Amino acid sequence: MAEQSLAQLPITAASGPLSKAVRRSEGVVIPIAALLCGLLAFSLFLLVVGKSPIEFYQLIYKAGFGTAFSWQNTLSRSAPLLLAALCVALPARLGLVIIGGEGAIVLGGVATGACASLLMNAPALLAIPTMMAAGALAGAVWIGAVGAMRHYRGVNETISSLLMAYIAIAIMNQLVEGPLRDPASLNKPSTLPLAEHLRVGSLPGMDVHWGLAAGIIACVFSWILIEKTSWGFAARIAGGNVRAAQIQGLPVGKLIVGFTALGGAFGGLAGMFEVSAVQGAANASIAAGFGYTGILIAFLARQNPLAIIPVAILLGGIEASSGLIQRRMDLPDATVLVMQGFIFIAILISETFYGKLRIFDPDGWRS
Amino acid sequence: MSIQNKTSRRNLLKSTVGLAGLATMSSILPVNRAFAADLTVGFIYVGAKDDYGYNQAHAEGAAAVKAIEGVTVVEEENVPEDVSVQKTMESMINFDSASLIFPTSFGYFDPHILTMAKKYPDVRFEHAGGMWQADKHPMNVGSYFGYIGMGQYLNGIAAGHATKTKKIGFVAAKPIPQVLLNINSFLLGARAVDPTITCQVIFTGEWSLAVKEAEATNALADQGADVITCHVDGPKVVMETAAGRGAFVCGYHANQSSLAPDKYLTGAEWNWAKVYTDMVNTMKDGGTIDNFIRGGLKEGFIKMSPLGPAVPEAGRKQFEETQAEILKGGFAAIKGPLNDNKGNVIATAGQSFVETDVALESMNYLVEGVIGSTN
Repeated sequence: MAEQSLAQLPITAASGPLSKAVRRSEGVVIPIAALLCGLLAFSLFLLVVGKSPIEFYQLIYKAGFGTAFSWQNTLSRSAPLLLAALCVALPARLGLVIIGGEGAIVLGGVATGACASLLMNAPALLAIPTMMAAGALAGAVWIGAVGAMRHYRGVNETISSLLMAYIAIAIMNQLVEGPLRDPASLNKPSTLPLAEHLRVGSLPGMDVHWGLAAGIIACVFSWILIEKTSWGFAARIAGGNVRAAQIQGLPVGKLIVGFTALGGAFGGLAGMFEVSAVQGAANASIAAGFGYTGILIAFLARQNPLAIIPVAILLGGIEASSGLIQRRMDLPDATVLVMQGFIFIAILISETFYGKLRIFDPDGWRS
Repeated sequence: MSIQNKTSRRNLLKSTVGLAGLATMSSILPVNRAFAADLTVGFIYVGAKDDYGYNQAHAEGAAAVKAIEGVTVVEEENVPEDVSVQKTMESMINFDSASLIFPTSFGYFDPHILTMAKKYPDVRFEHAGGMWQADKHPMNVGSYFGYIGMGQYLNGIAAGHATKTKKIGFVAAKPIPQVLLNINSFLLGARAVDPTITCQVIFTGEWSLAVKEAEATNALADQGADVITCHVDGPKVVMETAAGRGAFVCGYHANQSSLAPDKYLTGAEWNWAKVYTDMVNTMKDGGTIDNFIRGGLKEGFIKMSPLGPAVPEAGRKQFEETQAEILKGGFAAIKGPLNDNKGNVIATAGQSFVETDVALESMNYLVEGVIGSTN
């Protein structure tokens, strides 16, 4: 290879359909192999504590994917995770590691609760889109501010987003225990309960709320945005090399603020669905840690919005089975967290294999 | 580099295969447990079952239910107050055939228990903390709670005898009625010993936030409080931190004497074992559980930890006398003349609120002598 000139490379690269398929398969085979390795390592852990891995995985299948109820359980849990993961994945395409999506979710929820108390008598067709817009706007401002601080003031976005999540939770507590508090909510301070017609219901024929559909649409939209538009192309360039992008005259600042704000808007939307579909009022229960699970999902999906969908469903299924595992195997609830940890580490290690394995390089077969 | 990688990978594979072989030899085959009991009861906790506090108190109740013949108990801990708890209830109903469920956290009630109760009218849901109203809520939901404020009043008496600085401290989660009643009762108990005692309260804002609980406890000790109690989900941090600073402690939710044997005066404990075995037996015998259940020391809903070695003889005597008084029923900790700590009149001379008074369930003040604010 070394003696070939650069110009010759594209010509000599194998380009048959088989070679193409092999090259493409790298992005699928490596994560799946890593997933299996993680599960294998976790099985050893289970054996060490004297539990049967076979029973464990059977229970995950049964409680997460085995029955119609299991699927509804899994999908209900995946719904907020899809949006929370986008809040990490979109900025990540610009090279930003945002870990404070929880803040966007919480503020999106509070904005929805506040909006719903104002629009109590408005028709649902007007009020629900307004609530969605309010939730998304709150999240967009919050995470957009992280992006702006990063670009204009050089503040590390990882740290600032995490710290701002704590501030967001404090703001939420202040608001639901103060100005927005429903005086009737004595022992659990909450905003006024949403009027019945403002509650977002379930998808037809399922016991899963509309947040799932919104999450899937958002993932597809984000994939098109990143892969098929010039903005997405510009964002990927800026994510690869910010100076090169600036030299090319790309509006790096606008891209950073725009993508962080869009991620934040999806986070805020997750909060909106938590309040309007699940909780029925904004209160401390909306800070349930979806933002943090979202980080794991975005990394497992390698920041690819389409891959977020199966990964979120997998993680939702694992969480759905946590209860049955506790009850049947007498294992602590942290067991599934340990398993997630094993998978996460296996995936991180697998990152080092991209482009290094000869089997995925048809050119290398001949030499 | 790449050669090293390959070798280590091969080695890893080898050892993995070896271990897998081991696994097959000592294979622990999956056992499908049969749930053939007459009655399956589910318990759901918001935190860990061994938190030395709120959840442990309920788990001790569940352990007592396990001992009843023909009853199977299924438990799940660390279940957040979102859609997870709804799905946990459904999972217990679908996979374990549970027909009586105790989702024990306060925040599970609205909307989660109410949603599931409408969907599964044949399953009974019992909730601690209680806001069940006949005109608003399904009949297959019940609420139960205990007058634990009386326990904090007795804690206060022990504290009043132990304090040298005449300053006692309270680490509280949130300024909600149940917590305010406990703070006020603790101070009034202490003032029954010495009316000059004051109680500093610090709110952490969260039910379970170990770092802030430790900070609050240290701040109280710094200000001279030498007896400290709390109302947070898991009192372990407060107990250990306070005892480490040389202060005496009064327990809450469960018995924490093992955490600070020399410094532990007494504690206000839930006695869910009695409440739960009564309810489960009623249901097992085909009866119906009342939708609204309340009880105190007399009914066995709450109990006091045995007095610790640090309580002086005079304190022991007054504690036991007052306890006997409460056991008779109709005892009032909140009685006139009494002002709140902003000077507003709470009760005029002769006016009193007995432990069963529902007005106490919407308390929004701190009494005179408590240093702190509800907002």
